[in-house]
Amino acid sequence: MFKLRMPYWACVAGIAMSSCEQRADAVPIHFGYGRAATANEIAGKAIAIPPSGIGLPPGNGTVQQGAVVYASKCAACHGVTGVEGPFNILVAPDTANAIPFDRAPKRVKSIGNYWPYATTVFDYVRRAMPYNAPGSLSDEEVYSVTAWLLYANKLIDTTTIINAKTLPAIVMPARKYYVTDNRKGGNGPYE
Amino acid sequence: MSQKMTRRRLLLGGAATAAVAIVKTSFGKMVQTGIPEAALDPTKHVGPLPSALGTRSPFEHPQRKATLTSSQTPLQDLYGIITPSDLHFERHHAGVPAIDPNTYELLIHGMVDRPTIFSLSDLKRFPSVSRICFVECSGNFRKPDKESITPQDICGLTSQSEWTGVMLSTLFREVGVKPKATWFLAEGSDAAVMTRSIPVSKGWEEAMIVYAQNGEAIRPQQGYPARLLLPGWEGNTSIKWLRRIELSDGPFMTREETSKYTEPVKDGKIRQFSFTMDARSIITYPAYPVQVQKGWVEIRGLAWSGRGKIARVEISTNAGKTWNIAQLQEPVLDKAHTYFRYLWQWNGDTTEIMSRAIDETGYIQPSLEQLIKARGIGTGYHLNPVTAWLVKRDGQVVYKPEQWK
Repeated sequence: MFKLRMPYWACVAGIAMSSCEQRADAVPIHFGYGRAATANEIAGKAIAIPPSGIGLPPGNGTVQQGAVVYASKCAACHGVTGVEGPFNILVAPDTANAIPFDRAPKRVKSIGNYWPYATTVFDYVRRAMPYNAPGSLSDEEVYSVTAWLLYANKLIDTTTIINAKTLPAIVMPARKYYVTDNRKGGNGPYE
Repeated sequence: MSQKMTRRRLLLGGAATAAVAIVKTSFGKMVQTGIPEAALDPTKHVGPLPSALGTRSPFEHPQRKATLTSSQTPLQDLYGIITPSDLHFERHHAGVPAIDPNTYELLIHGMVDRPTIFSLSDLKRFPSVSRICFVECSGNFRKPDKESITPQDICGLTSQSEWTGVMLSTLFREVGVKPKATWFLAEGSDAAVMTRSIPVSKGWEEAMIVYAQNGEAIRPQQGYPARLLLPGWEGNTSIKWLRRIELSDGPFMTREETSKYTEPVKDGKIRQFSFTMDARSIITYPAYPVQVQKGWVEIRGLAWSGRGKIARVEISTNAGKTWNIAQLQEPVLDKAHTYFRYLWQWNGDTTEIMSRAIDETGYIQPSLEQLIKARGIGTGYHLNPVTAWLVKRDGQVVYKPEQWK
């Protein structure tokens, strides 16, 4: 496939072949391109928060502070109480256990009834919101607006503090409905 | 250089200026073109001389159809399997970012031996590979509900290119992906910092980091300067403007793989990580708004599957009562748009024409009724139904809307 001469170290290491002569299918494992990433460079970019909460920053958020942030930074697009729009409706009009989505095509999907992990709220708001100024909220503001959204969806009460410890512990009611794709192709029944 | 260059520039510039004309397209837009819209007698006038950049004929106006979040490829205006790059469909989550290729970096870290940052020129130094495959959005069916619907409206969120780049497996080896890594996060540098979690197995098998499309640098709308390419998988997983890959032992459960790009299925379940695009086809000719004449009509279209090659395409010209095999145009490629043709003699009666794709796994493109029966009426993404064109007595071809039930 590639015409590359086997590098000296690979010969010494005895990788892939016994001879150092040119061979059409010889591809080195390492080309040595690129540069080592420093811990600081990684920390500055590794913003994704998995369900475990690993990587969540220090700080705390409150429902009260979140209400202030939401009103000034979010309500214009998502509505005063999160249900008015015009863009994505963030507050579910029903609980996760209402009539199932597969039987209710018009049912509104939102945080309270269609989001399986609370950590996703923090992750998404921090990386992509507000739409007109993504990445502009402080971590405390993101925690707070996350708290307000969870409260508005009746998932926490007004006194719950949202932080690196409490956020991953919240069990979202829609989570139990999520299944991994099982389509396989072939001429079996449609999935 | 100056004297020769200046003279050459002058000549070119002079010629170009003389040939440039402002013409009004049928869409009402004023466009600058190198070729006059209507030459009186082309044998009596010297045309424009060679120029730095080609143009379409001013008589041709293929256009994407754009909304706030996507634009659809005009499938009915295309003839082969390659989508012209400027007509490739778009789906962005926060617009098209402007990225300087000289400062572009791709970071690969997490469960790897050597966290590494690659520049664009680093990526281009690796052994390169080219591959033709489709990219299709999993939301590529919009429940059309009227007759005046074109192929572009039905499923214009699929396009095909020849992509060139480096195999992700080459980079995985370069950074030393650890055996316990089972997923990786791919992250874009658009304003949505778009992210998806991908099984590492797909990365080893056939994923690419591509920087070229149809022989030139990738267009900004398709991820300039570099994107992930996952052949056969729903388009949003092929993260554009790729800036970071993080190897992990589980999915990150990003917004785009939990609250979006998931679909309700039977028994209240919500299906997640529905990566593969099922087999599908569309007749692109004749289709609305074409009017056909009695006699021979060559039915043409595209078929594709995210699971492999198209095995065959069947055509019905009697509303699905009987099916006949269409001719497949070579090349028939893995996970690629495949062009089909079927010669039909229309006798002038009202009828319905339709196509269905069968891929090499034996999967047969389903009807909408079969899809809804399998998944429920509240399902969403990954809808690939057989669609029908109604041929009326006067030859007018229209879409045949189906009840969503």
